Amino acid sequence: MTLALETRSVIKEYPVGTGTIKAVDEVSFSLQRGEFVALVGPSGSGKTTMLAMLATLLSPTSGDIVIDGQELAEMSQAARARFRRRKIGFTFQSNNLVSYLTALENVELMLRLNGEYNAAGKKRAKELLVLLGMEERMDMLPRQLSGGQQQRVAIARSLINRPTLVLADEPTASLDTERAYQVVETLANLVHEQNRAGIMVTHDLRMVEFADRIIHMLDGGVERIITPQDDLSCLADPGVCTMIPADTLGVGEQ
Amino acid sequence: MWTGVHLAFKEIWRNRGRFLLFSMVVALITVLVLFVAALGEGLGSGNREYLEKLNAELIAYQDTARLTIASSRVDCTTRRAIRAVEGVRDVGPLGFSGVDIPMDDGTEPLDISLIGVEPGKPGEPPVVRGGGLVRRSADEAIIDRTVALMTGLKVGGQLVIRSTQGTEDELYSLQVVGVTDSRKYGLRPSVFVPIVTWDDIRPKASAAPGAEDPACNVIAVQLEDPTQLDTMRQRLDAQVDGVELVDRQTAYENTPGYTAQQSTLNTQSTFALLIGVLVIGGFFQIQTLQKVPQIGMLKAIGTPNSTIAVAAIVQIVMVTLLGVAIGSVAAVGLSLSFPPTIPIIFEPRSGATSVVSLLLIGPIGGLLSVRYSLRVEPLVALGLGS
Repeated sequence: MTLALETRSVIKEYPVGTGTIKAVDEVSFSLQRGEFVALVGPSGSGKTTMLAMLATLLSPTSGDIVIDGQELAEMSQAARARFRRRKIGFTFQSNNLVSYLTALENVELMLRLNGEYNAAGKKRAKELLVLLGMEERMDMLPRQLSGGQQQRVAIARSLINRPTLVLADEPTASLDTERAYQVVETLANLVHEQNRAGIMVTHDLRMVEFADRIIHMLDGGVERIITPQDDLSCLADPGVCTMIPADTLGVGEQ
Repeated sequence: MWTGVHLAFKEIWRNRGRFLLFSMVVALITVLVLFVAALGEGLGSGNREYLEKLNAELIAYQDTARLTIASSRVDCTTRRAIRAVEGVRDVGPLGFSGVDIPMDDGTEPLDISLIGVEPGKPGEPPVVRGGGLVRRSADEAIIDRTVALMTGLKVGGQLVIRSTQGTEDELYSLQVVGVTDSRKYGLRPSVFVPIVTWDDIRPKASAAPGAEDPACNVIAVQLEDPTQLDTMRQRLDAQVDGVELVDRQTAYENTPGYTAQQSTLNTQSTFALLIGVLVIGGFFQIQTLQKVPQIGMLKAIGTPNSTIAVAAIVQIVMVTLLGVAIGSVAAVGLSLSFPPTIPIIFEPRSGATSVVSLLLIGPIGGLLSVRYSLRVEPLVALGLGS
């Protein structure tokens, strides 16, 4: 397996009054290609801040983030934007799609941004949408699609450029249970099949069953890393869990 | 760049009702600006047309008249003195007065400027039909195009002019010998008559026949070398007493009310353009505010700022272009339905200036929204920023 992502002692501090508050505190982990990880934790645990740093939208106060062998700290704003559209696929919980572009055009937008809007790219976009069960709705505008369908289009867009890392921020937040399962299962399957590395931030602990690993964040730090086969009750009540040794999971947590 | 253009066109097309509605607002502003410009041109032209087209380079006023034609009186001796100065090709006396033409059908009489000229001398307009004036005291006239249009008179027809002599209205019958192009003066169409005939007809405090060699209001001075305007003016000032000489532009700018009228209309145009800047700026700013989460999402997926800026600018330019095009066509179309008495003139240069100004107000008005778009933080798409 190839290393897709590595974070080393990442800290993110925000100034508050005369002091600072640590939103992310000494987070270290790594992710291989073909691996789908769920990032869970209560509100304020730092998972969205962590996701924003992985997406190169925020810079860590200290520590290193390396994606596909490239150190993000060295990059300028423009280089980060370029890196983001080439190496990172993104799915948000809402406002995912450009409202005036059809489903197909939304997916093709990434091709246009990367200068790959050609016959092969267009074919790939259609194939992805077909794979996601959207063949009948490619020419529909987002407002004509259900929440689940919109998320599937967003997943297609996040994968069209064959990114190293796929990030999903609460992709099931606005979906009913059945659609939520479908969307996460599809995302996990595609990450595995296409050999990408995927991280999904979620509040919904039912969705972690599709993840290879679960990173549980609490108060800005990594509380524990477990697998779906472990006792998940500790995610709801941290007191009942024991830490899973990092070496048994192949995870670089320190 | 093309991705930005693509995004702009897609958004306009998929929201064409909204954008068309806004283009109509721009079109209305365009109609307003063009009409104000055309009205300014029409009114200005109505005041200055004759003097602007005058076949003389300098105009000599009585030096105490402060460049007011109606107050100026120049006699024959002065006229001859000007003619005698080296470098002067020819001179022509010009007399101006206001009279009217009674209409046969009982409608309102047509107010005209009666302009006395010396036949064959500077000041007599070239004719487009018929011939010129022949004798200094003949009962003949050249009418301008507007008079011909409004009275239906043709070459060879009889023109009746009403003038007040003392307290009585007198009618004077003149034969139309020629028709010239539009030569308005004092916002009225013009009739040109020989200077002695003019002195006979012009309204006077008491009825009296015209003098054999009447005093006129001003003298049109034609130069041998029109490029020597300043030199000749200085020479004439030095050699001829009792006159003040100015070029044609200075002459018509000193027509009573001309400068005040033009500056009023220019102020209106400027305000209309400023309103346009604010309306366009406001529209695009509101639209940008509504799109903040979407712009944030676009940036979060790696869309460069240049693409966002191009999309915003292309939209602004397209909406403005469409609005200005619709407004221009509407303004010209509407003007065709106006009677010729309404002083609306779409002059190419001032029209082009207005259109260019209108095309510029879009991008100027939209600059704020473009700047705002560029400052949207992609983190808003993640709910981390605002």
